[in-house]
Amino acid sequence: MSKPLNPTHRVPASLVSSKTKLRMNVIMVIVLVLYILSSYMTNASVLRFDQAFFANVWNMVVQLFPPNWAYAGVVWEKLLETLKMAFVATTIAGILCIPFSLLAANNIVQNKFLYNFIKMFLNIMRTIPELILAVVFVGLFGIGVFPGIVALIIFSLGILAKLISETVESIDMNPLEAVRASGGNTLQVIWYAVVPQVLPQFVSFTLYVFEINVRASVVLGFVGAGGIGLILRQQMNFLSYQNVSTIIVITFVIVVIVDYISNKVRRGLV
Amino acid sequence: MNTALPPKPQKNPLKIIRNYGFGLGFLALFIWSFATLPIPWGRIFSQRTIDNIDRVIPKLLNPDFTFAEKVLNYMMETLFIAFAGSFMAAILAVPFGFLAAANINRNPFFNTLGKWILNADRTFPEILLALIFVVAIGPGAFAGVLAIAIHSIGMLGKLYSEVIESIDMNVVEAMEANGANKIQIFFYGIMPQVIPEFMSYAIYRFEIDVRASTILGIIGAGGIGTLLVISSRNRNWDEVGMILLVIIIFVSVIDYFSSAVRKRIV
Repeated sequence: MSKPLNPTHRVPASLVSSKTKLRMNVIMVIVLVLYILSSYMTNASVLRFDQAFFANVWNMVVQLFPPNWAYAGVVWEKLLETLKMAFVATTIAGILCIPFSLLAANNIVQNKFLYNFIKMFLNIMRTIPELILAVVFVGLFGIGVFPGIVALIIFSLGILAKLISETVESIDMNPLEAVRASGGNTLQVIWYAVVPQVLPQFVSFTLYVFEINVRASVVLGFVGAGGIGLILRQQMNFLSYQNVSTIIVITFVIVVIVDYISNKVRRGLV
Repeated sequence: MNTALPPKPQKNPLKIIRNYGFGLGFLALFIWSFATLPIPWGRIFSQRTIDNIDRVIPKLLNPDFTFAEKVLNYMMETLFIAFAGSFMAAILAVPFGFLAAANINRNPFFNTLGKWILNADRTFPEILLALIFVVAIGPGAFAGVLAIAIHSIGMLGKLYSEVIESIDMNVVEAMEANGANKIQIFFYGIMPQVIPEFMSYAIYRFEIDVRASTILGIIGAGGIGTLLVISSRNRNWDEVGMILLVIIIFVSVIDYFSSAVRKRIV
């Protein structure tokens, strides 16, 4: 029989050990100190949220309304260009990513060195934001939609190749062996055993990247890489805020619609 | 021995027609988009572009290391912007997460409203927000911090609400049955279950925000983008090369540490 509980025995104050508590507190203090430091360095302390701040923001918001709907025609035209840029870039990236994603899958490529090299290359490619790529390509090709499309292709290639190579790594290897055993060459193995297994994910990820690219191509115009960002910046500089709000509202609605359709399709696929 | 191949499986003709129609439609859309985009092919495939590439690429690959100190200073500002922004968002997203969580907020109207606010927030690019703040409160890092914070709330709030929806409600019910009030349920029933995931997502968002805040300077909201715009306008491509190198190194290192920490938390 177990010993009866001692009536004077105290219930532990906490389920968490004092060591864990100490560690949590130290982490909390470090995070807080880092925050105070960053808000000091960026001049973004809580004290900035005073009356003048809200007055300024309110002033800006008031000037944005009402949107100037007469300007909508220009917006549509540029927005269509933006969507086309995103579409072309995503399609090209989708085709280009196929060899990369096969090379970056460790069950297809047995060569460790090549696999690691491609992986590292893709990782580096993904660290550079598309707008910075656009700045470089505008320097190379001059102002226009072309540098924007190239920037989007390179940026989405990094994401797509990573996502799809992970899918390829998780496929069922038995069909591959079966095709190989019946005498299929490498291309036949890929076409009959790999492609059917990854196709739904491939389409789904490509749509996802299209969503990202639509959002990204909205701002590419800020650096002269074509699309709606160009007129946004221009109208901002002219201080015609009612035109700006027209651009923002229409862009926002289109982005939401694209996201919604893409989400529905993707849910149906996977 | 019978060497004949097994019969090929019959395909539904309607499906074949549908697939071909889909493919052809896609192709037509692509060709139309490509053809109607105003791309000056003559200018792109010209001697000037080749000269540009000849001039720019070697310089990009030979970064100017005397410029490194200045770049590092701006990179630190970028990190501070990202940290301040994600920290604000990590805290401000908590109420939004609870608002959008269907198991805590039982009112369908406010629940849907919360979900819609977060969705709308996520689709609004941070650089647009930054542009508005730069105009409203003047250029500088503060505008960047605000843009990062407000945009991050959208994603963090959604992820938080998913975490909250997946908690074990038995604990909450048990506490309710024992007569605990709302505050006690919040601190002892819900928070211990969600804190690790909240922290993990906040760190993940910090990773994204570092990348996002590198571009804020392009429109005057502080950070390394400020330097990038100046250097690329002056065509100092060796300086741009240095900036790219610093961004690649910092982002990779932060990604690595962040995923290591996140693996330990959850």
